[in-house]
Amino acid sequence: MEPTQTYNSLVPFWAILASLIAVPLILLSSKKPNVREFWTLIAALVKFALVLSLLPEVRAGKIAECTLLELSPQIGLSLKVDAFGIFFALIASGLWILTSIYSIGYMRGHHEKKQTRYFASFALSLSATIGVAFSANLLTFIVFYELLTLATYPLVIHSETKEAIRAGRQYLAYSLSAGLLLIAGAGWIYSATGSLDFQPGGILNSVNATPNAFRLVFLLFVVGVGVKAGIMPFHSWLPNAMVAPTPVSALLHAVAVVKSGVFGVIRVVGFVFGPELMTLHHLNLILGIFAGATIILASLIALQQDSLKRRLAYSTIGHLSYIVLGAALLSKDGFVGGIFHISTHAVMKITLFFCAGAIYVNTHRQKVSELDGIGKAMPWTMGAFAIGSLGLIGIPPINGFFSKWYLVMGSVQSGWWIALVVLLLSGLLNAAYFLPILHRAFFVKSDQFANYGEASPWMVVPLCTTALLAVVFGFFPNLFFGFFSLAQQITASVFNLNLAGGGQ
Amino acid sequence: MRHLPVFIPLIFFLGALLMALLPRRRTSLPHTLAVAATFGGWVFSILGLGTVIASGTIRYHLGGWQPPIGIELSLDALSAFMCAVVTTVSLLVLIHSKCVAANEHPGKAVPFYSATMLLIGGLLGIIVTADLFNLYVFLEISSLASYALVAIGDKRAPVSAFRYLILGTVGASFYLLGLGFIFIVTGSLNMADVASILPQITTTPPILIGVILMVIGIGVKMALFPLHGWLPDAYTYASSTSTALIAPIGTKVAAYVLIRLLFFVFEKDLVTIEIPVLKTIGYLGAAGIIAGSILAIAQHDLKRMLAYSSVAQISYIALGIGLGSTLGLIGAILHVLNHAFMKACLFLVSANFLTKLGHADISRLDNSVRLKMPWTAAAFTVAAISMIGLPPTAGFFSKWYLVIGSFEQSNWVFITVILVSSLLNAVYFFRVLEKIYLRSNEQKAEDKETTAFASSEAPASMLYPTLILSAGLLVLGLGNVFIVEHVIKLMIPPNL
Repeated sequence: MEPTQTYNSLVPFWAILASLIAVPLILLSSKKPNVREFWTLIAALVKFALVLSLLPEVRAGKIAECTLLELSPQIGLSLKVDAFGIFFALIASGLWILTSIYSIGYMRGHHEKKQTRYFASFALSLSATIGVAFSANLLTFIVFYELLTLATYPLVIHSETKEAIRAGRQYLAYSLSAGLLLIAGAGWIYSATGSLDFQPGGILNSVNATPNAFRLVFLLFVVGVGVKAGIMPFHSWLPNAMVAPTPVSALLHAVAVVKSGVFGVIRVVGFVFGPELMTLHHLNLILGIFAGATIILASLIALQQDSLKRRLAYSTIGHLSYIVLGAALLSKDGFVGGIFHISTHAVMKITLFFCAGAIYVNTHRQKVSELDGIGKAMPWTMGAFAIGSLGLIGIPPINGFFSKWYLVMGSVQSGWWIALVVLLLSGLLNAAYFLPILHRAFFVKSDQFANYGEASPWMVVPLCTTALLAVVFGFFPNLFFGFFSLAQQITASVFNLNLAGGGQ
Repeated sequence: MRHLPVFIPLIFFLGALLMALLPRRRTSLPHTLAVAATFGGWVFSILGLGTVIASGTIRYHLGGWQPPIGIELSLDALSAFMCAVVTTVSLLVLIHSKCVAANEHPGKAVPFYSATMLLIGGLLGIIVTADLFNLYVFLEISSLASYALVAIGDKRAPVSAFRYLILGTVGASFYLLGLGFIFIVTGSLNMADVASILPQITTTPPILIGVILMVIGIGVKMALFPLHGWLPDAYTYASSTSTALIAPIGTKVAAYVLIRLLFFVFEKDLVTIEIPVLKTIGYLGAAGIIAGSILAIAQHDLKRMLAYSSVAQISYIALGIGLGSTLGLIGAILHVLNHAFMKACLFLVSANFLTKLGHADISRLDNSVRLKMPWTAAAFTVAAISMIGLPPTAGFFSKWYLVIGSFEQSNWVFITVILVSSLLNAVYFFRVLEKIYLRSNEQKAEDKETTAFASSEAPASMLYPTLILSAGLLVLGLGNVFIVEHVIKLMIPPNL
């Protein structure tokens, strides 16, 4: 492992604060929509810039740290920017810029009510997400994790219909229960070790406990982070939360919230329990079974969905479990693939949701069966949709192929042939639920969209950008931010490998 | 500084006496006098807390008579802390009470405020006294005042006050009876003296019976499940200010007495090995947490819901006491503070509703509350989140200490109870929040219910105390380590 240095820096704190400061500004300028959106965009850009400014140091193996105050004796509200933290923070804050632009087009195009609450909650959610990414210990993680639940609740119930309120209740019930299990798990670890810090390779290696105690606590964690990660059977809030406005589904329910869940899974696997303990007590098997079952079942359910957003939601559930499976494989390539899939799935799935939203605002169609011939009316949107869905199926050279490739290699390395079968089967199922959409859009002739044109540029530009990113990252996975090297760096730290020896 | 222990309760008794001399016409004077006296008490308490932290316990011998013969008052870290909590909450609630008193019981300002002064004075007396019998005297003073306060409410208040009186008197009698047994055996009433005598003598049945009777007596006063029967009615029908005073601090002081008796007066073996008092209290607490939370879900009236929630929250303190460990005691004492703030805030919010809407019926709340009373709604939200126990509000941290305290003893029952109760809290608070934020007026018109829309935000005298308390929840949450390290750690008895 590369020698890591730590240094004190308040930049991570400011990165969290950037969007938090925007919340009151947004609330105060509720009467002036242009000023209000200006704050959102400024906050998004500042936040991204702050996160980006931390990247060179992380690549050089330096870790920024700061402790704001103490939450519990010896446990601070501490932030730490390691490779994994910045990896997630970059994705979330980068995509927030695009989502903000898209949101303006969507919310105005759709004449949504309560836009101020929407933008304020959005900014708060992003603060919580970056907080999750930069958490240095489990307690800080829990603080931001719960904050994320509360901040996203107003977005889920945005339309205030009965359906939305019910979805909101379900979301709260699931997420709060999960949070409690996390607290229980953290309590156990705290009383066993006196520490809750995330350490590459885990913090429990010196703990004396029975295998069953480890398994029970691990299960607490799996459910605790698994609810947000959409692991079955704890997933059902996610499809129902699709009643939220589409930008919410795009950024939060495909990237920020659910990825906080898988982020948590990898933190737990790599930085709390550690690969050694996981293998010793077969904890990875528990995780792998959950993940494998989820991948297949979610894809099968996705096949039956006619609502476009619900189909995408189930697809998200399946793909989140790719990442979980990658963690469970506990092989070098599997881990790299899983982590890399966080970024690849993010850009692809956000593209698809953006497209679904553009279709909805433009034509008010929400069902797959109503999309015959839409490709002609909205060529850019559906072109982007095609790129995103082909990428998720795993067709080269779109970036989805590479993360999947590493997952496949990882399964071979760990000798988990079933995982291999699951991944390949899931690729087929992905094709089975995505290709019909493309078929309808481009190859079924219909005049129903003759009077419709492309959606507003506020929406089309972001969605084309993300589609372009999916392709560009396919060819150059390290372009701009070095996502792939970061994934390798994280893996190397967790498995205590020499960086030079690992990789390619 | 030396005289602080006596000044703290005395200023309230002086206030109560002066109250009767006020001219009847000037209706605002009683309120001013009450706030002034409480402010004085608050200053003394804060000074006392500062002095105790800086230079240790202050012992005060009334009339210069040495204990065990003379009466001793003492201000140690625990009692100074309790004084500070009680006076801070009282001060905010009394500032808030101006409009409530005019609205809910016009023309009764003098008796109301003198009873208030007696209540707070009595409670502070319980806290500062170092004498078991004096404790009983102050207990009776505060109880009598609170019976009177509960009776000043709506039509049903006198009945609930009578029930409270009967049960409260039974509780006090149990305490006195138990104290008699202890006195027979030890020949002393001074706490420190009794604590030093008890370990030297063999444990005989009278001691055991004395301990049990005293604990049961205080359990009634504290509304420890299943001795909580008097509480829901008393809280619901009393005036908003009385409830906001009695709920956050009245039962807390009883919890303080329990902590004082179990950890400072009785030796540890007596309450853990000879008779499992601690364990019993802990499990009763666990049962009370669940029962109180479930009953709270079933209520339609906001005040009644909060009353049952109080039963549950008091039980957290009991659970912490029951753990009998440093972490458990930290959790219990921190929860005394946190819950005092939370409950005061919530009852003030319900008072704001009563003043502005004319009711606090959950099923009739709607989003006019959010539109017209945004700050009250915000304060309620923060307090609700804290009650559920979500970080970084205060409520999370007391639960956190209780959880890790339970893990320390591998007590999975307690852990499960604490976690499940958080969910139950979420159910009954989000039910209200959903109504306040999401239920539109139009929907309500369809329901054809009698409409009572909020017209405007509560007046400043009501709003600011509410907001200070809710902001305090965030401050207490983020600053919990400071409080634990610098204040609560000083209170932990050395033999724990």
